[in-house]
Amino acid sequence: MEFLIATTIGVLTAAGIYMVLRLRTFPVIIGTSLLTYAVNLFLFASGRLVINQPPILRDDVTSYTDPLPQALVLTAIVISFGMTAVVVMIALASYLSANDDHVDEAGKLAEERHAGEDPDRQQGDEKESRA
Amino acid sequence: MSLFIIALLPFLGALLPGLLIQAGRRACGMTTLFVTLAALVGLITHLPAVWAGETVTASVEWLPALGLNVTLFLDGLGMMFAMLILGIGALVIIYARYYLTRDDNMGEFYTYLLLFQGAMVGIVLSNNILLLLIFWELTSLSSFLLIGFWKHLPEGRQGARMALTVTGMGGLALIGGMLLLGSAAGTYEITEILARRDVIQASPYYVPALLLILLGCFTKSAQFPFHFWLPHAMAAPTPVSSYLHSATMVKAGIFLMARLWPALSGTEEWVWIVTSAGLVTMVLGAVIGLFKHDLKALLAFSTVSHLGLITMLLGTGTAYGAMAAIFHILNHAAFKCSLFMTAGIVDHEAHTRDIRRLGGLRHLMPITATIAIVGALAMAGIPLFNGFLSKEMFLEEASHTVLFGADWLVPALATLGAIFSAAYSFRFIAHAFLGKTRDDYPHKPHDPNFGMWGPPAFLGLIVVAVGCLPVLAEPVVKLVTASVLGGVAEVPEVHFALWHGVTPALIMSIIATIGGLVLLALFAPLLKGWDAAPRPEAKQLFDALINACARGAEGVTQGMHNGSFSRYASVFTVTVLLVAAHAWFTGTLGPVTRDMLPIQPLPLAGWILIVSATGLIVFLHRNRLAALILMGVIGTMVSIAFNYLSAPDLALTQISVEVVTIILLLLALNFLPNTTPIESPVSRRVRDAVLAVVAGLGTAGLTYAILRRDFSMGTISDYMLENSYDGGGGTNVVNVILVDFRGYDTFGEIIVLGIAALVIYAVTEALLTGPVRARLLNRIPDQEQAGDAHPLMMVVVTRLILPVVLMVGAYIFLRGHNEPGGGFVAGLVVSIAVVMQYMASGFAWANERQRYPYHGVIGAGVLIAGLTGIGAWLFGRPFLTSTFGYVKLPGLEKFELASAMAFDLGVFLAVVGAVLLSLESFSRMARRSGTETSEHAMDIDPSRETETGGA
Repeated sequence: MEFLIATTIGVLTAAGIYMVLRLRTFPVIIGTSLLTYAVNLFLFASGRLVINQPPILRDDVTSYTDPLPQALVLTAIVISFGMTAVVVMIALASYLSANDDHVDEAGKLAEERHAGEDPDRQQGDEKESRA
Repeated sequence: MSLFIIALLPFLGALLPGLLIQAGRRACGMTTLFVTLAALVGLITHLPAVWAGETVTASVEWLPALGLNVTLFLDGLGMMFAMLILGIGALVIIYARYYLTRDDNMGEFYTYLLLFQGAMVGIVLSNNILLLLIFWELTSLSSFLLIGFWKHLPEGRQGARMALTVTGMGGLALIGGMLLLGSAAGTYEITEILARRDVIQASPYYVPALLLILLGCFTKSAQFPFHFWLPHAMAAPTPVSSYLHSATMVKAGIFLMARLWPALSGTEEWVWIVTSAGLVTMVLGAVIGLFKHDLKALLAFSTVSHLGLITMLLGTGTAYGAMAAIFHILNHAAFKCSLFMTAGIVDHEAHTRDIRRLGGLRHLMPITATIAIVGALAMAGIPLFNGFLSKEMFLEEASHTVLFGADWLVPALATLGAIFSAAYSFRFIAHAFLGKTRDDYPHKPHDPNFGMWGPPAFLGLIVVAVGCLPVLAEPVVKLVTASVLGGVAEVPEVHFALWHGVTPALIMSIIATIGGLVLLALFAPLLKGWDAAPRPEAKQLFDALINACARGAEGVTQGMHNGSFSRYASVFTVTVLLVAAHAWFTGTLGPVTRDMLPIQPLPLAGWILIVSATGLIVFLHRNRLAALILMGVIGTMVSIAFNYLSAPDLALTQISVEVVTIILLLLALNFLPNTTPIESPVSRRVRDAVLAVVAGLGTAGLTYAILRRDFSMGTISDYMLENSYDGGGGTNVVNVILVDFRGYDTFGEIIVLGIAALVIYAVTEALLTGPVRARLLNRIPDQEQAGDAHPLMMVVVTRLILPVVLMVGAYIFLRGHNEPGGGFVAGLVVSIAVVMQYMASGFAWANERQRYPYHGVIGAGVLIAGLTGIGAWLFGRPFLTSTFGYVKLPGLEKFELASAMAFDLGVFLAVVGAVLLSLESFSRMARRSGTETSEHAMDIDPSRETETGGA
């Protein structure tokens, strides 16, 4: 079981980092979400894996799993929702105001230069605006 | 009056002028004056004790562990400086009342002035060097505000910035020096430091501490090579120049050298550095001052020169030198302050202070001229004026001082400085006040009203009184000198008198006076030579230095921060990997102590699902909708994993957060492109993949290593498990931790969540009121619209289950303290129920039935949680202490009521408000004005009904 959890966290981390390194906002957001899963699982797992011993006190039960990481992760899950929402909002606002969803300023500049050199693209833009 | 009140009065009083300016300039000025006089009176109540040689103290322990206590003390030196600060402060306040015009904001001016005054009083009364540092920085800041008071003048702004840069840098050095001094002495209390001269001077910290402290003092007191900021600070209104830049602030450095004199002085390093810096400053300031045409610039360089003189006297390290320094501080404060005030009067009346455009003012403004001439003669060191006495003592001391083994060096330089000092004083008199009366003034000058000439005249009287009857000053100076010497040396047995016989000092004095007159006579050719000679312009050098620093900083910033997020992310990843690798290769790993749990088929299936979904995301992410679906799969599997691994609360939270997150991303995706184009080259993708895989392997390895080992030290969880029921009144330990043990954390977290939602709301508002709105309205949806915007089945079902879901939410909330559930989960469940209404019946329909604004819900939640916490105060317990009890109501079983439940209610409301406010903001983007809202409960498309004409 430990092996399964460890590899899950590893796979999520790897995928998250790869996605975070992409150039558009949406994959970056997906990447941060994947990293969030990985981090939450990791924090949770730091309480060690225990089956069938939820931290709900019962008179006839003496051993429980570690409740502290659970409490910390619980708030982390909710907060990460708030943070995801903010990041999504920022991405959306930047896309709507600049009509561009690159995360890199450098990439954006390259794109603009590219657009300036490419006559087809400009024509396309004009058509669009006429429509 | 307690020393605390004296130090606090100016700070508290600083609140008044800004308010009272509404009541008029007179009321404003009078109040400010009253504040200063009150502090002065308070100070005078201690005069008898200090006169008797006692030290008045007051202290409060603040952070004794850090050595930072608020301790104040008042001895002779502190008394003299405090009297100067408050006494001259009062005069300057009167003068400024008439100097400032109606265009100047007097309330603002007096506020800054009182802040500065408080900071200065703080410096001279502090008994703790860390406290002194705080006041020291405060003087830099308040003087910045005062120098830049005329915000419309570029010279004012630049001068203020330069002063702040130089004195601020010095302040930083001083912090270092003081901390070293404190470690060397083993105490931060000045009174104790002064008694440990031998310990300090033997310490290896002595030299670095001395250098840093002197750096602080020299920058503050404008000693070479940091003298250049002072003349530029003259762009300030004249009351500021006369107060800060002659009488008080620039003397703070001197004060500190005098204060620490018993602990630091007397070593070779001290003598070399302080004496030579003082001498160079003195000569340089005097020479430059002679050739300045601006009256205030001339006085500024003269101040630099005199500060150098005092510094040099402190530097010789003899008791006689210290006494001469104290005497000159007093004399200089009196004559220089009055000179600045007269320069201000000239400027105010003639509308110019360019010495080349002045002349013959003695006929036009006789009172001002008399005061100015008295001050200037004192500055030149002419007998019967106070400057003569202390300058005589200075020359006397100089004639005995040997520096670098040359016994002629100090006397020669001192005489040279004195010659130039006499010369610029004579020029000040001759070129501005004597000579022919001119009629080409920009404005016809005449004597101002008493309010303006009264203060300098008062100082002029002191100048003459002390100059004629030196015995008046003798006891004061000796008292102060005794407190400077601090028992290290005896106060010299010297009698203050005009005539000591023909001494070397007298001869040097005569040479200086004659030399000064000769220089004045030769001024025109000398000026030509001066103008022709190349010399470094301090401001240009300073600006060049600052620009170079700014460019360097910009280069570094641009180099590291080029606007490429993926670059930062990869740098961050690589850094973390390197640090982790370092830890891995240098750390030790304990033996495996935990057995593996067996792998059962169902978890294995879940693992296969989650790993393949994650893998698929990487390959399919360009189709954004597919990526979202896969994310939903991962989130669901994570929550199932939580459930399997004994974390029911987490499972509940994760699954409900998953729902709202996916809804949120779907809403956003509505506006974003549906696909991600292929942009990065293969090499880049391979590089990223390598980074990602290495990081993944690392985390997997780390996790595995942790999971196979027990805790390396005891955990506090056992305490929580033990006390959850008895102390927190709940059997769900996770919930008790959230609302009780770590309630403060949770309180912070709901606030963060609320802020996040408000940020989203604010950004939406900004977007919808800006140019983006038009784009949104003209947007052509990239997906075909559904024919039935509000599907009948969904509308019916969501409305039917709404009450059921709300009840489930209430149930989860209520049982949360003892069973899995609680405010977070209940809040999410209720939010989902409401969001379903938005989705099924449309935004407008749902919004109309929504009675409370979501901001209000967030606010109410935070408020309830906060009030619950505060409630504990009423019972004398700390914030958020919880209590509980059992209640029996008729018809119901006995149930528990805990104050933590009210807190959880706050959490619940904050979560509901935050989630719904975010989702609502996103949906508002999609809304267009003019969309019809159906009035019927169930409809297909409102526009359809109009088409069929109500058939």
